[in-house]
Amino acid sequence: MTAQRFPAFSRLLHWLMAAMILAMLFIGIGMVASLADYHWLLSIHRPLGVAILVLVAVRLVNRQINPPPPLPADMPAHLRIAAHASHGLLYALMFAVPLVGWAMLSAARYPIVLYGAWQLPPILPQNDMFYAWLRSAHTVLALALFAVFLAHLAAALTHAFVFRDGVFQSMASVRRAKA
Amino acid sequence: MNEQQPPGARYRLWPPHPRALAGLGATGLVLAGVAGAFAYTGGFLSPGKLTQSRFIDRFQALNGVHPGFRRNHAKGVCVTGSFASNGAGTRLSRAAVFAPGSVPVIGRFAVGIGKPFMPDNETEVRSLALSFRPAGGEEWRTGINDIPAFPVRTPEAFYELMGASAADPATGKPDPARMQAFLAAHPESAHALGLIRARPFSTGFANASYNSLDAFRFVNAGGISTPVRWTLAAVDPYVAQTPAPDAPRDPNYLFDALIARMQQAPLQYRLVVTIGRPGDPTNDATQPWPADRERVEVGTLTLDHVEAEGPGNCRDINYDPLVLPDGIAPSDDPLLSARSAAYSVSFTRRAGEEKTPSQVQVPETQTPSAQAPVTPSDTGKGS
Repeated sequence: MTAQRFPAFSRLLHWLMAAMILAMLFIGIGMVASLADYHWLLSIHRPLGVAILVLVAVRLVNRQINPPPPLPADMPAHLRIAAHASHGLLYALMFAVPLVGWAMLSAARYPIVLYGAWQLPPILPQNDMFYAWLRSAHTVLALALFAVFLAHLAAALTHAFVFRDGVFQSMASVRRAKA
Repeated sequence: MNEQQPPGARYRLWPPHPRALAGLGATGLVLAGVAGAFAYTGGFLSPGKLTQSRFIDRFQALNGVHPGFRRNHAKGVCVTGSFASNGAGTRLSRAAVFAPGSVPVIGRFAVGIGKPFMPDNETEVRSLALSFRPAGGEEWRTGINDIPAFPVRTPEAFYELMGASAADPATGKPDPARMQAFLAAHPESAHALGLIRARPFSTGFANASYNSLDAFRFVNAGGISTPVRWTLAAVDPYVAQTPAPDAPRDPNYLFDALIARMQQAPLQYRLVVTIGRPGDPTNDATQPWPADRERVEVGTLTLDHVEAEGPGNCRDINYDPLVLPDGIAPSDDPLLSARSAAYSVSFTRRAGEEKTPSQVQVPETQTPSAQAPVTPSDTGKGS
């Protein structure tokens, strides 16, 4: 059987980011609905978003150095296209959501506090209309990321439970990949 | 099952195989669980939950929607100046703003209602919002009011109070029975409103003193955390406004008097920090701390420029009380996170709306003989 696995570092990045992004999506949707929990959730939201932005850049570089294993040879073309397109979309959104968040706080002229006196510089000049537009974009893109995440989860589970083609195991395995 | 199959056969879902159906069912259950948890977290499954949007919706129901304006404290004017720290605050807080020296400040005076075209004589509470901007990018924002206590302890009580203050559609006036019921359910609010009514408002913005009402914590370089409240105390002497003006005079008389006062000489306020003792409530803005608590004067605010709200000035700042530098932290006051959340919704809504000029305009050039009307009691101010 073709039991190729992702390299260990790639799997580590994947599962670390999976936990962070899922937590982030729940923190984001929870904090904008809450009065009592808004502030402490927001104080996690900003540094966690920056950590995700850094990690997705690391991950994109790692992907060039440690390419993913090929999809099974008998996988039909439409499923391959769906796999590549959804992965491209996930990468695009993992960059876009935190960058739009950073830009939106800049346009609103909020200090972008990470922790204590640590903060990020603004990346846009102050402009209230930019802020309003970016604030909406942040929500729309985050909901799109949640939707693509659901599709990714659905695909992963379908590979695991229905197709049983080793794709799920290529990422889910905890054992060291065979060289 | 796994005998030789043609390539790609495992990807065919038709005809449905029982094992494939079970797998799809399990996948669907997991997805429904995750999506349901997400919807629950976002409040979509609890229509009665008091969210930040519903909170601001109630301000809009009470005051109407005035596009481009703050949903509360809607009528205001921008001021700038500087804060000169005397260094006395450094033993309490490591925030850069308390180191000896001067930091620029962008502020806003306003009246505490969500109607930007309300005549000044129909308003009561005045507020001052400040953004201290020491070098290095950290910022301290605070929104403070000229009342001794806040009328409610929790955001839920504030929401109820707004409901009780709403005009009855039948009479066009608030229903006294609803307010009675609210005060009976919230004795802390009845007490705070008594304190607020006990002391007349001052004649204007210039001689009013503004209180944080919420408690915060100052954290010093040694990590010691101290419960505090603060006051910007007017250097202009307090003069009571008695009785409250009701005659229809200049509808912007409070703001015009402020502008005239500032065109004569800069305004000054002393920043006084009150230190709470163990046992003093930090989670109840309806309760002032006892009068004998230690007070530390940490510097002087000087406001020397006034201008109408416009693009990029105080109009476009969200004076969120939880924009704090390192060295100032929130207390356990439940109003703080709620204010931060609700201000954010108000700011986001108005930022995207078309702007209308404020009622409060500052004359372009002002000669000493052509000043806006000054109320008689304002002439007694210090120079």
